[in-house]
Amino acid sequence: MTPEKLIELPRHLLSIGDLNHNQALLILDTAEELARISDAPIKKLPTLRGRTIVNLFFEDSTRTRISFEAAAKRLSADVINFSAKGSSVSKGESLKDTALTLQAMGADAVVLRHPESGAANRLAGWTNGVVINAGDGTHEHPTQALLDAFTIRRHLGSVGSDLEGKHIAIVGDVLHSRVARSNVLLLNLLGAKITLVAPPTLIPVGVESWPVNISYNIDEVLPEVDAVMMLRVQSERMKNSFFPSTREYSRLFGLNLDRMNLLPKGALILHPGPMNRGLEISAECADSVQSVILEQVANGVSVRMAVLYLLLGGNIGVGA
Amino acid sequence: MSTYLIKDVELVNGEKVDIGIVDGFISELSKKTVNTYANLLDGSGCVALPGLVDLHTHLREPGREDAETVLTGTRAAARGGYTAVFAMANTDPVADTAGVVEQVVRLGKEAGWCEVFAVGAVTKDLAGETLAELGAMAHSAAQVRVFSDDGKCVSDSQMMRRALEYVRQFDGVIAQHAQDPKLTVNAQMNEGVVSAKLGLSGWPAVAEEAVIARDVLLASHVKSRLHICHVSTAGSVDIIRWAKSRGIDVTAEVTPHHLLLSDELVESYDPKFKVNPPLRSNEDIAALRIGLADGTIDIVATDHAPHPAEDKECEWAGAANGMIGLETALSVVQKTMVDTGLLNWSQVADRMSITPAKIGRATGQGIELAIGAPANITIYDPNKSRVVVAEEQISKSKNTPFTGITLPGEVRHVFYKGKPTMISTKMVTR
Repeated sequence: MTPEKLIELPRHLLSIGDLNHNQALLILDTAEELARISDAPIKKLPTLRGRTIVNLFFEDSTRTRISFEAAAKRLSADVINFSAKGSSVSKGESLKDTALTLQAMGADAVVLRHPESGAANRLAGWTNGVVINAGDGTHEHPTQALLDAFTIRRHLGSVGSDLEGKHIAIVGDVLHSRVARSNVLLLNLLGAKITLVAPPTLIPVGVESWPVNISYNIDEVLPEVDAVMMLRVQSERMKNSFFPSTREYSRLFGLNLDRMNLLPKGALILHPGPMNRGLEISAECADSVQSVILEQVANGVSVRMAVLYLLLGGNIGVGA
Repeated sequence: MSTYLIKDVELVNGEKVDIGIVDGFISELSKKTVNTYANLLDGSGCVALPGLVDLHTHLREPGREDAETVLTGTRAAARGGYTAVFAMANTDPVADTAGVVEQVVRLGKEAGWCEVFAVGAVTKDLAGETLAELGAMAHSAAQVRVFSDDGKCVSDSQMMRRALEYVRQFDGVIAQHAQDPKLTVNAQMNEGVVSAKLGLSGWPAVAEEAVIARDVLLASHVKSRLHICHVSTAGSVDIIRWAKSRGIDVTAEVTPHHLLLSDELVESYDPKFKVNPPLRSNEDIAALRIGLADGTIDIVATDHAPHPAEDKECEWAGAANGMIGLETALSVVQKTMVDTGLLNWSQVADRMSITPAKIGRATGQGIELAIGAPANITIYDPNKSRVVVAEEQISKSKNTPFTGITLPGEVRHVFYKGKPTMISTKMVTR
């Protein structure tokens, strides 16, 4: 199906940093092929039949869970949803015990969403199964970055190619954003130029080691980009003085109609969701022709299918 | 009483001697030809240090006997070459009354592995709101001289000023855990390049440095003694150096782990590297070593902080802060300071025994080896080396960050008040 035999993926997908250029392209190209299945009348492959995938969610995220669930089911895997509400920091069964329990039940892969950074790395040390990081605290969200790159490439590039020379702006709460961390790593891996736009309070100390430009002025950046990715801003950040008010944030960093007009023709608008309409992005922008936000959601299923397929050794499925 | 002769050992000045021990005191310090001692011990290849003194040990008793007890902690101390430890006050109940500090000292005497001095809390229940009964603790049988809310910072400026002033009446010292609480809400690791990458909230160097700057100025103003616990940043070293140049009566400690380990280790998300203050950058490590070498930092203290396995076998944010260190401290100091040429053995004796005893007013401890001196002696072979194995630590908890690291040196014999606690690298059986 794809030349995956030539390129090995790492055992787990914990961070985009675990991938090299070829591996990232392999996932994107595999996702393209699998996407065609989504257009077929019967959206199902027998590839992962008999495999058990556990969606282990310590944090509410209906959209990510459903996306992984749909991906797994289209590959004919058995899916178990395990929702452990509340962080294990607040005691209860520990992450380790949960991991051992799932392993005892024969899970082949665990898709983990957790409120604490590094939880997926820890889980990988306690289980024999494949661990896929579906968002860990403020660390990373690798499949989100993959689906973002996939979406951008569909519009600005082509199958088999990377994003060399494309300029992407990431706007918003970079400090607390796992989406931003994964995207910076992946877009850089794929050759794109990255500009982060945010108030200085929402850019991490230590960012000088990142392969990015920093700007505090969104109006100067927008005319130069091929795509702009708006990050969700949580209004509770205001209480910790990261910015004075949501109104001021919106005025200085929100994407609105006037700013959308600064974008070059054909430039894309992305948002990982869920959106705060009227805060980081206005309704007009979210619903504009330049917005690819709903495509991101659809593409998420294809990209997650590719990840499950490649990490669970989908090549056995053909004859199985 | 048994008598001992440790043969062919080197003093810190390089002189080769035999050390005789009779009735708890050193009876001999020269090459012997005729033996009149009951027990002969081989000291060849070893350096003789005055028994080590740790100004910063968490023995966890009372309250967290699942992590460590006075007995298990002092046994670990003896194995590391210590003959005295200062038990930190953040027990449960907190050591903020005469009753608790006396209990800890009594448990230490009963255990008999090394001398235990109690550190008293500065404020009641470490809450930072009202002074603990400092005088009662000072005048109790525990004779407390070191006061600390360690684990928490005495962050209120007026409270710190009053504490510094008040303990002057009994020659006490305030040992400050320097950490601005507002700058470190939910802080998980050193704030810098690594925290940015890992998405862990940062513990900025300034949160330590700002408190130290304030406290040296307070100590200067009220002319009191101030001690800074576990200095971890290059900026802190600079501030303390400046304070000393102004004649301010401040002393400071650095931990072995801050001398060796950097925040890059956190990339594993393994909480065995989680500690407060956090592991810092390589630049900080370099500055700490220079500070310890030039005397800006006076002593090495372990901040031995035992935690049971379940408090570390979890995600990073949920894990407890702290590392054990008593059994590895001297080896880490050899690796980072002696083998690098920054300290000689005489200076190691100063940083790990003589000066900590002075700061803590530990009478009978930290005395240079001499005829008639109390026989608190650590015989250490710097030529050995070992790979650290967590399970081999005799502390009740196994949370060492040095697992898998090769460390030089081996403690061979330890004498506490003339009695051996360790002979030929084996703990004495009782």
